[in-house]
Amino acid sequence: MQVPILKQGAYLIATVQSALTDEDLKQLRDTLVVSVSRVRARGVIVDVTALDVIDSFATRTLRDVAHMIRLRGAETVIVGIQPEVAFSMVKLGLTLEGIATSLDLEEGLAYLDRKGKGPGHEVRTHR
Amino acid sequence: MRFALIADEVRVSIDCDADIVSARQKGRDLASRCGLPTTDLAVVATAISELARNILRYAVHGEIILRLVEDHGKRGVEVLATDDGPGIPDLTLAMQDGYSTSGGLGLGLPGTRRLMDEFEIISEFGKGTTVTVRRWKR
Amino acid sequence: MASNQEFATITEARLETTASRLRELVAHLRQQRAQLREEWARLITEAKLLTAMTKEEIFAEATSVYDNYVEALETGTYEALQAYARNLSERIIPRGVETHEVVGIVLLLRDVLARSLFAKYREDFNKLNRILDAYEPAANRIAGTVAVGFVQERERIIREQQEAIRELSTPVLQVRERLLILPIIGVIDPQRTRQLTEQLLRGIRTNRAKVVVLDITGVPYIDSPVANHLVQTVEAARLLGANVIVTGLSPEIAQTLVNIGVDLGKMNTVGDLQGGIEEAERLLGYKVVLMQEQPTGHSA
Repeated sequence: MQVPILKQGAYLIATVQSALTDEDLKQLRDTLVVSVSRVRARGVIVDVTALDVIDSFATRTLRDVAHMIRLRGAETVIVGIQPEVAFSMVKLGLTLEGIATSLDLEEGLAYLDRKGKGPGHEVRTHR
Repeated sequence: MRFALIADEVRVSIDCDADIVSARQKGRDLASRCGLPTTDLAVVATAISELARNILRYAVHGEIILRLVEDHGKRGVEVLATDDGPGIPDLTLAMQDGYSTSGGLGLGLPGTRRLMDEFEIISEFGKGTTVTVRRWKR
Repeated sequence: MASNQEFATITEARLETTASRLRELVAHLRQQRAQLREEWARLITEAKLLTAMTKEEIFAEATSVYDNYVEALETGTYEALQAYARNLSERIIPRGVETHEVVGIVLLLRDVLARSLFAKYREDFNKLNRILDAYEPAANRIAGTVAVGFVQERERIIREQQEAIRELSTPVLQVRERLLILPIIGVIDPQRTRQLTEQLLRGIRTNRAKVVVLDITGVPYIDSPVANHLVQTVEAARLLGANVIVTGLSPEIAQTLVNIGVDLGKMNTVGDLQGGIEEAERLLGYKVVLMQEQPTGHSA
């Protein structure tokens, strides 16, 4: 199962469509890592809205993705974790610690924008 | 089998990682037939994923058996993960809570136990392992 | 002394006769159905049972109970009866029917049918005994099955109501855009914590919250399992992209958290709810400015 990866500005967006086997996850990891270097992306968003299960293997792979991408100078955000999936993950003891997570694609992009502007940037008041 | 079966049991042979996805899909379907809420569907599917992966990783081949059970008016899902693998030499160690370490190391058994309502494990070194877990409808 | 073979034959013969005796008395009960059912309904009213129901309703239910009762006697299996009992209970519990009433009417039926058997076999004492040998254990099992079915249904309904109450007592409040407050009051049990977590996560999703203030000022103490659940709630919220600020942490609860291995330094905690809200607003980028008081008579 191929995961479609789109380029949006300086970001790559990988949208998971359905349940992924271990092989699919590994393939996604490798493809993202190669693509980040190739297009010189500054940020990667992995949209897992369609995942109904995130188990220990998926968590480990997502952590690997974030780690390897950071080594290439880019930031990873995992978005769209479903409430019941999050619940199961924490019960299992999986925390995705050290990796940015956002509610959805919109929030993920906003996060990367803020991060990209670096320290010292004024945070504008929301209305 | 301690509990009454409500319908036919579903057996999924675990030989490759696509079977893990199949097992948890079928588990999810069964749990939803039982009337379990959305959160519990994810919980059951996640537990099955962990158990099936253990089979694949440590025993190469095994089986996931899914059952709809009933106990004095209470309905639930029962999952058996069974294999003829090497067995677990030290059950106490395997069941130790590695909660504070980076998640998902080892067999993930303590985590699976936290996920489900009931957890039983029989394992004999050299003979194989059977893990039985249950989730009841509240 | 009978040999094993002979003993087996005698037991088989006895079992065989029990089945045929049951068939015989079931045939009698079916034949006498109209009278016995009416007698039973009369006794129910006399005993002032099922007062919540009308005479017509009692008669209608009496008919199906009678038929199910006799069927259970006949088949010797109780699953159908169990299912019927739960079904019946689901119908009559909302009407206010209580356990003693259900037990009462089933026992009355048992007695009405027994009396009818006495009357039929009164000439033959031995035959009566053998018939009762077949009837009594079955009748008692039926009474038990119906009573247990009723009680189980009651318990299920009570659990549902408790669940509904719990949901009402853990409100998730949206105070500002992207900010949720979850005030927890009272002692929390594992069941409630689980519900709390589910409501909170759903709330984060629906309100697109980026900060949650979890106020536990009103919680006197928590035990280790509940403390673990709380920590898990905070972690789950983070997976949905929300920051959790815990406020109102008493020294006792702080100690419990430390005992289960929580690094309080990593958890975002603030003394009180007010402070927590201010911190939340700060995180969201709000700045609260005190407006200057306008002197009277001037326009803005």
